[in-house]
Amino acid sequence: MNIDSVDIVTEWDIVAARQLGRNEAKKVGFGTVDQARITTAISELARNIYLYTGKGNIAIKEVTEGNLKGLLVIASDEGPGIADVRRALEDGFTTSGGLGAGLPGVKRLMDDFKIETVVGEGTKISATKWLR
Amino acid sequence: MNKQIAGYINEHLDEILERWTIKMEDEKDDRFFQIMSEKVIDNTVREFGELVVFSLTESEEVYRVKLNDFSVKIVRYGWSVTFVLKALTNFTHVLYDKMNEDGYLNEQNIISYTEIMTNWITPLTHSIVEAYSNVWDRTVHLQKMALQELSASLIPMFDKISVMPLVGTIDTERAKLIMENLLHGVVKHRAEVVLLDITGVPVVDTMVAHHIIQAADAVRLVGAKCMLVGIRPEIAQTIVALGINLNDFTTTSTMQRGVEKALALTNRAIVEVKDK
Ligand SMILES: Nc1ncnc2c1ncn2[C@@H]1O[C@H](COP(=O)(O)OP(=O)(O)OP(=O)(O)O)[C@@H](O)[C@H]1O
Ligand SMILES: [Mg+2]
Repeated sequence: MNIDSVDIVTEWDIVAARQLGRNEAKKVGFGTVDQARITTAISELARNIYLYTGKGNIAIKEVTEGNLKGLLVIASDEGPGIADVRRALEDGFTTSGGLGAGLPGVKRLMDDFKIETVVGEGTKISATKWLR
Repeated sequence: MNKQIAGYINEHLDEILERWTIKMEDEKDDRFFQIMSEKVIDNTVREFGELVVFSLTESEEVYRVKLNDFSVKIVRYGWSVTFVLKALTNFTHVLYDKMNEDGYLNEQNIISYTEIMTNWITPLTHSIVEAYSNVWDRTVHLQKMALQELSASLIPMFDKISVMPLVGTIDTERAKLIMENLLHGVVKHRAEVVLLDITGVPVVDTMVAHHIIQAADAVRLVGAKCMLVGIRPEIAQTIVALGINLNDFTTTSTMQRGVEKALALTNRAIVEVKDK
C-alpha cells in the first residue's frame, strides 16, 4: 500500500498537499475533471486545517475495493474540533467570513465522505474518490 | 596549539584531503560524486581544507569573507547542507586519526586538542548553516519579488476595456495585490469593463472564488464591470460542485468570447473588412 502525506503549517503547505494529490490522482489514472475535483477538495481541507487549527496533516492513499480503485484523502488535525458538524456541513455556514462552501463542497466533490471530530481534541475527515 | 594544528594540517594537507575524499565517497546516498567533475571536487575539497586552516590562523574578517564565498559556491553547486555538515564531521575524524597515528596526540595535549577542535567546529557549523540560510532567504525573497512582478497587472486592451491575466497559485498575499492592482488600474485606464482571465490559475477553491467575488464587487463600486474569462471545463465543474454562485458574473470560457462580449457591452463590435 502506498501512503504519502504533507504536514500543514503554513499557507504554502496547502499548495504542497494539492500538488501531492494531483500527482497521486494522475498515477491512479483519474482524468482531468476528477483530478481537479480531488485537488480542490484537498485544497479546502488543507485550508481549513491552516485556518482553524494549529497544525495538521493531509495524507493521500491509493485504495482498492473489489476491482474498484480509488484515492483516499485523510485530513487530520488536533485542533478545536467541530462542535456542530451538521451546521458546518450546511452551505454558507462559516465562522471566518468565508463562503462556507468548503466542507459541503468537499462532500459533493468526492464520493465517500466521513467526519470524526471531538471537541477539544481534533478532527479527522476522510474522503474517497473512486475511479470509474 | 592553534598554530600547531594549523601547521600540521598545512603540512599534511594532501594526505588529509585524500583520506577525507575517500571517506566522503563512502557516504551512501550522495550522487554528488557522480554529478560533479573530478576537478571541481578536487578544487572544492582543497578550498575547504584551506578554509579550515584559515579559520585557525587568519583574522576573523578575512576568514568570514572566505567562508562566505565558499558557502555561496557550494550552495550554488546544490550540495545539501546535510552533506556539507557530514563532510565537516568526517574532516575532524580524519584529522584526529591522522594526528593520532603520527603520534602528535598524547595524554597531555589531548584535552586542549579536543577543546580547540570543539571551539573551532561549533562556530564553523554555525557559519555554514547561517550562510546557507542567508542564501535561502535571499532566494525566497527574490522569488517572491519575481512572483509579484508576474502577478496581476491590469493591461489596457481597447479603449474602456482592460484585461488582467492571472497565472499561478493565488494565496492571501497575491489576492490582496490583485485587488489593489485591479482597482488602481480601472481608475487609471478609465476601464468600463475588466476581463479577469483565470486560464492560468491551477485550482479555483472557495478562497480564490471568494477573492474573485470580492474583487468584482469592488470593481463595481468604482463604476466598472468585471467579467470572468478562461474558465476551463474542469474548473467550471468544481465551481458548481462547491456550490459557488457566479450568477452576478458574466463568464466565458475563452478570452475571445470575453472580448466580443466586452465590446458589445461598450456598444462596439469587431467587423470584417472586405478586400479593397
Ligand atoms: N478542521 C477544522 N477544525 C475546526 N473547525 C473547522 C474545521 N474545518 C471547518 N471548521 C469549521 O467549519 C466551518 C465551515 O467550514 P467550511 O470549510 O465549509 O467553510 P469556511 O472555511 O468557513 O469557508 P470556505 O471554505 O467557503 O472558504 C468553518 O467556518 C469552521 O468554523
Ligand atoms: Mg473552508
